Amino acid sequence: MKDAAAIARAEQVAREDLVMFVNACFSCTGQREFYNDARGQAVSIEFLHEYILGNYRRLYTRTLAAGINHFNQALILLNLLATGRQTPPGDRREEGALIAAALRALPPQRAFRVLELLRSRRINNRRARAIAREYVAGRPDPDFDAVKYRSKLRSAVVHAHLKLEGERGPFLFHGWRKRVYTRPLLEKFRQAHYAQEALFELPFTIAEGLARKHGIPRSVFLARIEPRLTQAERLRLQGAAERADGVEISLELGRAPLTKLALYALSLAPQARQERRAELHAALEQAVARTLRRAPVALGRVAAVLDNSFSSSGSSEKRRRPLGVALAAHYLLSAAAREYRAFWTTPIEDPLLGVARGQTDLATRLLDALEWGAELVIVVSDGYDNGPPNALVELTRVFRTKLDPERRTSIIHANPVFDSELFAPRGLGAAVPTVGVRDAEDLPTVLGFARFAEGAAPLSELEDYLAARVRRMLEEEA
Amino acid sequence: MGRGSSVNKRIIPKGLRLAPSQVFGNFRLVPILRDTVRGDLRFTRRVYQDDLSIVSLGGGLMDSGLKYISYIPHGLVMSWGNQQAEAIPETKLFKSEGKAMQLGPVGLRVMHRMVRREERNRLRMLPLHLAMEGFLALHFNAPEIAWSEYSREALSSGLSPRMEQSVPGWASAAFSEALRMFELHEQQVGVLIFRAELLLSACILSHPEDYRAMHRALLEDFYGELLLQYGFLEEVAPLGSSMEPHRVASLADLRGEVERLRREWADFLQDAMVGGLLGTEVTAAPVYEAGEFQLERFVTRLVPSEENHLGELITREDGELEYLRTYRLSAAQTRRAYLLKQLAAAGWDLDSAAKNLRTSRDELIVRMKNAGFGYLLKEHVLDEAVNRQHRRR
Repeated sequence: MKDAAAIARAEQVAREDLVMFVNACFSCTGQREFYNDARGQAVSIEFLHEYILGNYRRLYTRTLAAGINHFNQALILLNLLATGRQTPPGDRREEGALIAAALRALPPQRAFRVLELLRSRRINNRRARAIAREYVAGRPDPDFDAVKYRSKLRSAVVHAHLKLEGERGPFLFHGWRKRVYTRPLLEKFRQAHYAQEALFELPFTIAEGLARKHGIPRSVFLARIEPRLTQAERLRLQGAAERADGVEISLELGRAPLTKLALYALSLAPQARQERRAELHAALEQAVARTLRRAPVALGRVAAVLDNSFSSSGSSEKRRRPLGVALAAHYLLSAAAREYRAFWTTPIEDPLLGVARGQTDLATRLLDALEWGAELVIVVSDGYDNGPPNALVELTRVFRTKLDPERRTSIIHANPVFDSELFAPRGLGAAVPTVGVRDAEDLPTVLGFARFAEGAAPLSELEDYLAARVRRMLEEEA
Repeated sequence: MGRGSSVNKRIIPKGLRLAPSQVFGNFRLVPILRDTVRGDLRFTRRVYQDDLSIVSLGGGLMDSGLKYISYIPHGLVMSWGNQQAEAIPETKLFKSEGKAMQLGPVGLRVMHRMVRREERNRLRMLPLHLAMEGFLALHFNAPEIAWSEYSREALSSGLSPRMEQSVPGWASAAFSEALRMFELHEQQVGVLIFRAELLLSACILSHPEDYRAMHRALLEDFYGELLLQYGFLEEVAPLGSSMEPHRVASLADLRGEVERLRREWADFLQDAMVGGLLGTEVTAAPVYEAGEFQLERFVTRLVPSEENHLGELITREDGELEYLRTYRLSAAQTRRAYLLKQLAAAGWDLDSAAKNLRTSRDELIVRMKNAGFGYLLKEHVLDEAVNRQHRRR
């Protein structure tokens, strides 16, 4: 009898630990937040990783498939590769496959960074070398990688004893000092060290440094490198182009990812936002349509309580991210729901023109949303409420126990901010499940995860959920 | 205290309302809201960049006379009028004020008075320094009867030089963080600053926009030493009451319960936490009359067992509180003021003061020495008393 209770308790602890970890992996990026500094965030998340890795290795590995953000995926990859000896023999196959698949799915700059970190953290074993070899061999355009990620690729090659074919070996280790290359991109890189013309054929990040070396004015450089820019660079350089006279970087707003687009819109001055309102609005709707095509969700009567208080201005490292996530969620939910209404903490007429300002009164807005008769209330907030102490916790508790014990209305709190002191995103009380979120695009995934955060589902269900996601990820890969 | 005759009164926060507090570590900041803003009294901050400022309290600027010396980072320019007064944004000293001097590496500025009228509807004042000066000048004059125990300097020039120490806001990094993270309300005109649940300071202005501009500048002002001392305490315990589920049958009830919590919290704040300042009896002295606004400075009763504040305030004719700045005295500062008050009450006669304090004359002398007033007494009087006390122990 006593054993059964002990086992149940152990299960509960395991479930809570995992939920905490996955939640942290949804939101934390080790960067500075409004309420916490970067150092605290890094210490906090690294501790969590080590703790989960040490205690629940298999589930730690499977978290790679849970839809967590890139920062934490990279951290998991590193930690797994560093401790390969501890993998039980039965799990080796799956772990290896997951690591390879997750590394391939990462954006190249992050994946190469993982390979580079393997060197600086002195992680060198047969599996790590094999993973690096496989990754480098599987890249579609090796010459481009050699130019754009030159130093990272070189670390990986040195560290994992890779053999590169053709001119890439000499290119990495002799660079522009070699006489001549036959591969066109490598040759352009060599030429660009001596001639200005050639650098406009190179990727932007590489050309930028060389342009400085040749003393090319910023406006000339931006205008001529424009065809080489990636979509993300185009979005990022809009402001720089505006400051440089007469340069315009064309941008198909509709192709940008939803949250990035929302952040871009919020970065504009109110005047510019007003003028380009129709364009931004259309682009956001397009981005939402694209997101929903990829991961369809159909919701009923949905109310969103969205935080646009001063703390949603984020930090110097994550400028306006909480507000951007709220804005993106607003667009996403309005498209995914049959009926939808937004309740901003400081009411605004046009969410696109919103600014992070004022205090947070979540309790009143939550009551408004409940009174409207929503089936699902999604709160997007950093979890800091300025009501009387305890009021929000009490409000949700009494609502759940007294007014709605059958759970006709579900309330879910999506928190874009990781609180390093709590090792979790800050919640709204035990009655409301809190899930971390980094991009509004992940909301469908995150909503799927919310039932575990609520604490109702047993550990086995969470394990099944992760296992299913792992299967899907590996199938997609194959 | 002060120039006019002082009166006993209570500070009533008329026209103001407290909002729920925001807690950062062991700082608790309580926003103060004003529902009807009339907009005929505005404040602007004027920044001084001198290392040291000398305020000439009487007579001409460079005449010899009473002086107040302190580091003064900024002053307040107050403008009022029948029509809507405008806050004048000042980016620099529009006209060099007073007299700036360079003394080696130290930049000095000599200024005219704590409060100075600059135009018909404009007044420059040095916030908190005004109140602090009033406090330093308490019982400042020399004993009227030349008791033999007092030194020659004390008999001729009184307490001069009288000094107190305070702590600038930026000495506490946590305070800076708390101000940064604080979320301003739209109608907010002021803030109460608590550290470890003790009221350190209150700041109330007339107009929300002025407060918004002043908010981060609170860091430049000076505070009692509790700002640092209580930084060593742990985080504050969460306060707050709970709802009663049996009273809730609908969402409207739930809203009512939230309202009840809000009200109860505001009452609690007002009664239990700010009770030592708002609503208690203070001794106030008028400093300036500007139209229908009256500028006064005040100090609480100076009883060592209570919390004690000094500050300045502006009230409208109808009693609405338009401006308030306060400074919490530390226990040592209170003791010093209390001792002076007792001595002055006894006509500076040590024997009768000791009797009033229910102590011996020697012990009183030792107390005076410990409080930093040893310089008022003759050397041999001091030594004898200290020696006698020492022997008795």
